[in-house]
Amino acid sequence: MTDSSGPRSFALHVRDLGFRVGGADILSEIDLEIEEGSFLGIIGPNGAGKTTFLNLMSGLIAPTSGTVEFFGRDLARVSSSGRARLGIGRTFQTSSLFNSLSVLENARLSAQARLGGNMKLWRRPRASDEATTAAESALEEVGLTSVAHQTTAALSHGDKRKLELAILLAARAKVLLLDEPMAGVNTEDVPRLTELIGRLHSEGRTVLMVEHHMAVVVGLAQKVAVLDFGRLLACGTPQEVMANESVQAAYLGEPL
Amino acid sequence: MNIFLVLTFSGVALGAIYFLAASGLSLIYGLMDVLNFAHGLFMTLGAYAGYEIATRLPSSLGAPTLVILAIIGATVVGALAAGVTELILIRPLYGKPISQILITIGLDLAGVGLLMGGFGSTALQIPVPLWLIEPTHIGGLYLPNASFLAIGAGVLVLIGLEMFLALTRYGIIIRAGVENREMVRALGIDVGRAFTLVFVIGGAMAGLAGILYTIVFSGDLVSPNQGDSLLIFAFIVVVIGGLGSIRGSAVAALAVGLLQQYTSFYIGGHSGWAQIGDLSTVLLLAVVLEWRPRGLFGRVA
Repeated sequence: MTDSSGPRSFALHVRDLGFRVGGADILSEIDLEIEEGSFLGIIGPNGAGKTTFLNLMSGLIAPTSGTVEFFGRDLARVSSSGRARLGIGRTFQTSSLFNSLSVLENARLSAQARLGGNMKLWRRPRASDEATTAAESALEEVGLTSVAHQTTAALSHGDKRKLELAILLAARAKVLLLDEPMAGVNTEDVPRLTELIGRLHSEGRTVLMVEHHMAVVVGLAQKVAVLDFGRLLACGTPQEVMANESVQAAYLGEPL
Repeated sequence: MNIFLVLTFSGVALGAIYFLAASGLSLIYGLMDVLNFAHGLFMTLGAYAGYEIATRLPSSLGAPTLVILAIIGATVVGALAAGVTELILIRPLYGKPISQILITIGLDLAGVGLLMGGFGSTALQIPVPLWLIEPTHIGGLYLPNASFLAIGAGVLVLIGLEMFLALTRYGIIIRAGVENREMVRALGIDVGRAFTLVFVIGGAMAGLAGILYTIVFSGDLVSPNQGDSLLIFAFIVVVIGGLGSIRGSAVAALAVGLLQQYTSFYIGGHSGWAQIGDLSTVLLLAVVLEWRPRGLFGRVA
């Protein structure tokens, strides 16, 4: 079953996933097959369980039923830091950056996590070391090289979102879990950020993105999953999903 | 004027020792949310380790060598005690802050009790070289040599810690962890190793503070409760400076040390009310908390 060389090995394979708190089902009976290199948009009304779903993928919380496999490997016993090291990286709705560190240091911390083993106590991270190189090229990819040595607290909101993506790049994440990357971003920054996320996807990464901004979802996602009251209401191409009647009912009053 | 300068000098020396005692406490709390009451025991253990080294080794080594070895030994013993404490007692209790506080209080009480049992409750004298007792004559002032030692140690540790935090890989992890520990974990970094390391660094500085307090301020006397009385001021410094901030600890330690020296001389000296020095530090704490509840350099939650 867990043969990773099998032909049907998905980047993420979610089966009958459920999360219960007390007597309430936050998520139930979620089945999703996410192919490597695909882009899945996740939409749904507030409280539908979108962030909970990302939390279950990144291991922040454990499911009360069902399984998640990452390239055929069962993740049940893999901690959130273990999943990060396997290549599942995520961003958060509220900024998760370290404000007291410099922009470069934020990216380097993430590269350090990946390179874990050779953390000599007193070795100074030199300009030439692997973690710094990885951090610098990640910053270059998202266009933050010019502010590398600034304090992160001083960045604009849009640049903070870019830095979050750079952190995932420095970690060499294969699967990007993005939780509302456009939240709080200026309208004029949205196209640039959209273009950046699209580029990261086209370079071969698998992306799961929770986003309210429908134009962004439709522009980027190959498939869209709709969550409503903790259930998977529909999953298909953006056009299929938007034509779906139960989706329209769930979104009644909200423009699609 | 001369008296004022001498008081300032010894206030800075006292501040240096408070800084050594407080910075480890502050880092440990900032990174791990552990209120470490056993820090006083680490200081006392350092002082007793220094006593053992200075009295057991052959006096033919010479007093200067012995006192240097005693200081190094105190630092090492403090580091070891803290490392073992973190691995055996604190580590199994992460996520249970009340249990962690209780176990460090218990360890402190038990450790002090054992020291009393082993060494007696009367203070013991550490032999130190004469030049540490003598003053240096500078510009009409007689400044105690031991105070230079304390100030030098404080400055070196401050620079060393700042460089460690700014330039090393673990330094980045520790700074990030002080800001948001869960996020560091989510990046895939084993924060546990940084915890042990911070405890060891804190313990080393506690041991150093313990032996230096003995040499500089308690007439070369070692006693089982000295660490705990120092710990009270260390906590005051940590709270004034802001939990988790090394720079905050340094500034607050200076302020507390100076204030204590000034008030105990200018007010306590004239009125005979010797405790005014200690009381003034608590008043300073109250004023700072009223004005800035997070302390001078405290992070915003």
